[in-house]
Amino acid sequence: MTAKEKETKRSKQQNVEISGSEAVIRSLIEEGTEIIFGYPGGQIMPIYDALYDYRNVLRHILTRHEQGAVHAAQGYARATGKTGVCLVTSGPGATNLITGIADAMIDSTPLVCITGQVASPLLGSDAFQESDIIGISMPITKWNYQITSPDEIPSTIAKAFYIAATGRPGPVLIDITKNAQVGKFKYKYAKCHKIRSYIPEFPVNKEKLNQAADLINSAKKPYLLYGQGILLSRAEKELKQFIEKTGIPAAGTLLGLSAIKTNHPLNMGMLGMHGNYGPNIKTNECDVLIAVGMRFDDRVTGNLKTYAKQAKVIHIEIDPAEINKNVKSDIALLGDAKRILKLLHLLAEKKKHLSWVNEFKDAHEIEMKKIISSDLNPETLGIGMAEVVNKVSELTNSSAIIVSDVGQNQMAAARYSKFATSRSHITSGGLGTMGFGLPAAMGAKLGIPDREVVLFVGDGGLQMTIQEFGTIAQEKVPVKIVVLNNRFLGMVRQWQELFFEKRYSFTEIFSPDFVKVAAAYGIPGQLVNKRKDLNKALQTMLESKGSYIVEVMVEKEDNIFPMVPAGASVSDILLCVNDIKSSN
Amino acid sequence: MKQEYIISAYSENHIGLLNRMTIVFTRRKVNIESITASESAIKGIFKLTIVVNDEKEKVINITKQIEKQVDILKAFYHTNDEMIFQEIALYKVPTKALMETDQLEKMIRQHNARILEITPEYTVIEKTGHKEETQELFNGLTEYGVLQFIRSGRVAITRSPIEKLSEFLIQRDALLAKI
Repeated sequence: MTAKEKETKRSKQQNVEISGSEAVIRSLIEEGTEIIFGYPGGQIMPIYDALYDYRNVLRHILTRHEQGAVHAAQGYARATGKTGVCLVTSGPGATNLITGIADAMIDSTPLVCITGQVASPLLGSDAFQESDIIGISMPITKWNYQITSPDEIPSTIAKAFYIAATGRPGPVLIDITKNAQVGKFKYKYAKCHKIRSYIPEFPVNKEKLNQAADLINSAKKPYLLYGQGILLSRAEKELKQFIEKTGIPAAGTLLGLSAIKTNHPLNMGMLGMHGNYGPNIKTNECDVLIAVGMRFDDRVTGNLKTYAKQAKVIHIEIDPAEINKNVKSDIALLGDAKRILKLLHLLAEKKKHLSWVNEFKDAHEIEMKKIISSDLNPETLGIGMAEVVNKVSELTNSSAIIVSDVGQNQMAAARYSKFATSRSHITSGGLGTMGFGLPAAMGAKLGIPDREVVLFVGDGGLQMTIQEFGTIAQEKVPVKIVVLNNRFLGMVRQWQELFFEKRYSFTEIFSPDFVKVAAAYGIPGQLVNKRKDLNKALQTMLESKGSYIVEVMVEKEDNIFPMVPAGASVSDILLCVNDIKSSN
Repeated sequence: MKQEYIISAYSENHIGLLNRMTIVFTRRKVNIESITASESAIKGIFKLTIVVNDEKEKVINITKQIEKQVDILKAFYHTNDEMIFQEIALYKVPTKALMETDQLEKMIRQHNARILEITPEYTVIEKTGHKEETQELFNGLTEYGVLQFIRSGRVAITRSPIEKLSEFLIQRDALLAKI
């Protein structure tokens, strides 16, 4: 259809009455939706019926579980920067979304989740598959709304997309009663551009901006922490220019990874509990700490009482509720990271902090000697997670989107993947949702089909959403799956070893032969037991056109180091097991 | 140090918004001492007044989290001395007690309370004031037997000459115009 034909069709359509269901589909198309992740059921059937007529315009991915749908939508959103869309039925369909919505809320991922609901006269009657999803999802959505009349559909969907994607992004849920789906009305769509009670982004305070620039210009040991806010505001270029001009060393949070190239000379690595040595200890040695688009999560700060007390803190953040929530800032710059970094760049003086940067390099040397070199070239017979991750990074020339599940596999993936481009690392940060990986990788690949997507997942997490093999097979999503199988719930086991006297309470886990399970779905793969077979197996996987699984039997009781034990100070980061024993 | 704070929030009138607000307290295990909600001077905008007893840091944090809700226009927090506030209490006592002695009548006068209704069985007394004042009358009345007692949530108004909301709405319009 040409643009003109489309326009005539549209204007014709505006004068006739359509069903609420068709209005939902057309509203989604208006918002640029390309893919819906969903699962049909009784109370959403009218919308699925309307979707049938638009199946060539809107791609629908039938997942095997609603949790799979929401994680896939998250993966899609995180990889593309667009809003992920889910469509599910009422009752259990809706409640199965909850984990993913909570995950998206804490990790600021834009989602629009549409749930079916019983007809409005039945609301509150404990009707079949009725659940109070509005009440249930209230604490974990940025906004939610129940539609009971078809004419509310266009404006509510417009509002939902606006709220989900602007300001600090987040998940929005729209619950649509069956009568609103089948009712007819005159459809007209208008995008939402503002809401009286909602200011997504406050204008930059010039006075504070100048104060921040003065502080940065007079700093002897400035240090910048970048979070996911850089990716969300697309401020990668501005961040790079700012640190290059000012010579300030920078480190990223788990979700901030890939905002700057891993091997950028001023990128010092990752913060946090299992982050790099230098980035953690230097937090308590810098004189000015510039935090951009991050929220001082407890996994980053460790004990707040001893966190960066010596430093003046500049917090650049879009969400006013994050200011002074965990760490008191001396200067809070409210607003969009991209805009603020651009302005700061103009005010900042060109500098080099060579000896300060070298301190990070010295710390890196220590970490290299004590951890990284043995992680990458272990003396153990068993394969280590780090060497697998590192090998994938080498073989893909750091060009892949790395998706990880949660636990040791996640930390190995974050520590040892190298990133060359932005939006290359997708993981469940704040909520730490096991089972996130497989569906998220699928969503990421569907969003960015041109890029290689490699998933690192543990034997525990994979079994939480393993049913999505079915979706990957049906939709032919060429995701590359690397299972790091240590026959344990590894991270919990690590804590049990270190802090619970090796009392391995219910962490040993039986798994099926994952390669055979995948084969049953028609996904090829191979098992790797020996180090010498690793390279070839990964190569085969990466050369494969379709989806492929490599299950690597890794060392059973490996630990992830360094580690800031929960509640400890970032300066007390531990480099090996013996450190823990001596600190006890 | 824990002390009493009054949080006032202005919101759009949407179903479920009260729930969204109270969740902010529940999640942090902060008890709501009293809550009132009604339409403000500006049509369509509702005002919620919530009394809590907690530390300042926590109250600031809660106020920000409330304001973060999409349908909340603005939230403020105040200490008691920054606001003029009032509660209303109703007391039901047996009419017999009123007839038998003049003490009860004196007490009502002394407390600046008033009688709303007298029936042969009971008399309903109304008193407005701070909690201590309505409580004091309650304590006095117990001697005569209080059949029923109810106290409202707090309503409060700032000491500043104009409503903060009007000022805020002007600023908000300017902000919205820039978007």
